Amino acid sequence: MRIEARAEPSRLMAWLSPVLALAITVLVGVALFVLLGKDPVKGLLVFFHEPVRNVYALTELGVKATPLVLCALGLAACFRANVWNIGAEGQLVAGAIAGGGVALLATPETGRALLPLILVAGVLGGIAWAGIVALLRDRFNANEILVSLMLVYVAQLALSFLVHGPWKDPQGYNFPQTRMFVPEALVPVLVPSSRLHLGAPIALVAVAVTWVFMFRTFAGYQLQVGGLAPLAARYAGFSSRRALWTSLSISGGFAGLAGALEAAGPLGQLTPHVSPGYGFAAIIVAFVGRLHPVGIVLAALLMSMFYIGGELAQSRLGLPNALTGVFQGLLLVALLACDTLIHYRIRPGR
Amino acid sequence: MMEPIALLVAATLSAGTPLALAALGLLVNERAGVVNLGAEGIMLVAAVAGFATAFHSGSTSLGIAAGALAGALLAAVLGGLVIWLNTHQGASGLALSLFGVGFSAFVGLGFVGKSLPPAPPLVLPVLSDLPWLGPALFRHHPMVYLTVALAVLLAWFLDRTRAGLVLRAIGESPESAHALGYPVRRIRLAALMAGGALCGMAGAYISVVYTPLWVEGMVAGRGWIALALTTFATWRPARVLLGAYLFGGVTMLQFHLQGVGVQVASQVLSMLPYLATIVVLALISRNPDWIRANMPASLGKPFHPGR
Repeated sequence: MRIEARAEPSRLMAWLSPVLALAITVLVGVALFVLLGKDPVKGLLVFFHEPVRNVYALTELGVKATPLVLCALGLAACFRANVWNIGAEGQLVAGAIAGGGVALLATPETGRALLPLILVAGVLGGIAWAGIVALLRDRFNANEILVSLMLVYVAQLALSFLVHGPWKDPQGYNFPQTRMFVPEALVPVLVPSSRLHLGAPIALVAVAVTWVFMFRTFAGYQLQVGGLAPLAARYAGFSSRRALWTSLSISGGFAGLAGALEAAGPLGQLTPHVSPGYGFAAIIVAFVGRLHPVGIVLAALLMSMFYIGGELAQSRLGLPNALTGVFQGLLLVALLACDTLIHYRIRPGR
Repeated sequence: MMEPIALLVAATLSAGTPLALAALGLLVNERAGVVNLGAEGIMLVAAVAGFATAFHSGSTSLGIAAGALAGALLAAVLGGLVIWLNTHQGASGLALSLFGVGFSAFVGLGFVGKSLPPAPPLVLPVLSDLPWLGPALFRHHPMVYLTVALAVLLAWFLDRTRAGLVLRAIGESPESAHALGYPVRRIRLAALMAGGALCGMAGAYISVVYTPLWVEGMVAGRGWIALALTTFATWRPARVLLGAYLFGGVTMLQFHLQGVGVQVASQVLSMLPYLATIVVLALISRNPDWIRANMPASLGKPFHPGR
């Protein structure tokens, strides 16, 4: 066997590669179930059927897909601009802190008026956190991968400090959490007796806005040229600094919004764990979704299935929840390997 | 007053050791032109492999060896992706890190809450009994001394041996090395696996010697800090060692400050190593001349032979 470069990248393979990667992940999953002495059919049903079985299951799928879509949209903007922001998790936490801080100010008297403020605070919190990355890259040439990642730890520790200290619920039996937000400060639920909230349609609006920005505006075009061909972008006079600040602001804004929506949505308070790693899983979502807004929605639904399947595998099959992380990582590794087929073909012989 | 400082020095050396080991491994990778963003994942998997081995065999050395083996194997997987399939180095390393976080949590589930007996330090005749110097410098686990020796050895290897020259040539210009007949891809794989083994030893040192117990995600960003250290050290082994002890000191300072009763929340003190990484990275990256002086010219770029 020999790997040979294609004359031009295969568009078919670009979209087939995620499917192939998923197939590989499923195969490894089946092997893993057998190895652990579990029925692989039951395992697959838990991951791929249970999460879409009825209306309630579907609303849960939407609840978990919402922050994934938002974070992945911003990351896709960054990756397209060749800005390696991998700290969406930190930007999400910063948004949750900012949004949650405003939500704590809400009382029954302030009414619904505060809800938009909570979301705006989340967006601004995320932008501020991502702005540190942009500033240090812009002014000091500091590697954005490392800075954005270090800021994840800092944001998580800041949240931990707040819920253990100044923001701790005095009536919370000393648990590290804030008091529950008043009902007026909560994001409205869409489907009665479910947790699906206004965040889901907001995320879909974000998908549309990002699509228009990426593919129908000059700024979006400049951003992409800067990522694909930095020299061409420079020759055309496109500012790489602006691309850096724009893409990181989009990413921080969306991730921060996701954080505020989580805090004022399904959680209704701040705890040390506002996110089960949505910001990191969103990196996988962005790649599996081919950095395309529509692809990201599909990939986020898939990743959401992984989350729900992992929880069900724990309660139904007695398998550890950590399985989700294994499959997520595996999917990305398989995807990158399959992506080789976009630019190369495999020929028999030497 | 002398004794607490001696203990702080000792704790600093111990805390700096895994950072130094991992960063030296990453330095070998990067000198060959490969960025390994999978360091965090490799260290986590190695930490659980080392812990499991030490737990069942009762041997610290076997635990560290298992960590090295796990690290080398994972690095080989990364090598297959980035060297032969030419996948993006950053994305592939990141994928390995994400996988490592999940996989180590999954495998380590049976070990949560278990601990190992503390690994005894190497007691040296005379030296360990010296006042002040003994407790500060000469009552450590052998890995602490091995790490120092390794840094010296690596500096000698890179600057004074032919093999080191070839390795650096491949990091600077793989095309030229290829034209001279060197098997660029195999050498890169060897470098990647050697670096992975060192990252693995660092991970196992954390779970077997440094804090001999298993906690999910216990590497706590040390893989990323080690990546920052190679830049901080401008790709020089001696500076890696210096940087690692500096960061070890920052880590220890938080406990020391709490010990002397400084009224700051523990979470704020725990931010110190991460904030220090950001500050140091910004300061060092600010001067392009420092960075360019030793940065391998083909760092992070894929190599296609015959194109």
